[in-house]
Amino acid sequence: MNFSEMDKPVEILVMEDNPGDVRLIKEVLQEAKVRNNPRVVGDGVEALSFLRREGEYAGAPRADLILLDPNLPNKGGREILAEIKADDELKNIPVVILTISNSEEDILKSYNLHPNCYIIKPTQWEQFENEERFIGRFWFGMVELPKAEEEW
Amino acid sequence: MLVEDNPGYVHLTREALKESKLNVSLNVVRDGVEAMSFLRQEGDYFNFPRPDLVLLALYLPEKDGDGVLAEIKTDDRLKSIPVVVLTVSKFGEDVSKTYELNANCYITKPINLNQFINVIKIIEEFWFTVVKLPPGQV
Repeated sequence: MNFSEMDKPVEILVMEDNPGDVRLIKEVLQEAKVRNNPRVVGDGVEALSFLRREGEYAGAPRADLILLDPNLPNKGGREILAEIKADDELKNIPVVILTISNSEEDILKSYNLHPNCYIIKPTQWEQFENEERFIGRFWFGMVELPKAEEEW
Repeated sequence: MLVEDNPGYVHLTREALKESKLNVSLNVVRDGVEAMSFLRQEGDYFNFPRPDLVLLALYLPEKDGDGVLAEIKTDDRLKSIPVVVLTVSKFGEDVSKTYELNANCYITKPINLNQFINVIKIIEEFWFTVVKLPPGQV
């Protein structure tokens, strides 16, 4: 079942440390037709604690989708991605990489770690907004996300 | 590359892509063994280009979709190619297993034909205009 068919909000982990981008992402997610609950973390170590529901995040909900900027402080995004995909409990959570890098080397290195897709942040605000909306439309409205039923 | 043995779905996919402004070239294979030959550019397929995207049905003759997916995602030369699983099944187990095999996403085929065409168009638009695909490797 995809999220547009369910009552439960999509739990999104936004791994992003740029405040402007965080604001924009949250604004777009607020307008999304599918109910969602974004949680923002600005560094990699915190992200893993949230995903593993450790420490202060012991009661946190399971993330249904991760938006990841690879250029995070305190444990880089690609390192986090590699850890997520090597962890049996976390590896089937879809990861959307959202980044400014257009370097072929970065793109290929990232894809080899099995993110679900790689998206370059447009520099224009309106384009960024449109892209975010499409991301929401695609990942919440069309795609079947894993383990959604277990959380009912 | 579309990996699909149902001629009806193949036809609908071609129809959906015909209307596209993007110049998308669709190659169709009907089973898992043929899919791997195509991807590895073997035999008859030695002159074919590497696909930028794979649309993969799960229930296939010869070698099922899970098998194809596992082979693609464990092959260093192929693993970066995005694989969109497009299938009739909605079973939670199938969904989870597919993501564990590193499918890029899992989409259930709508029963309604117009909705199916719409799904193909959205897949195409998302993967070819929003997503940055990995660079092709020669």
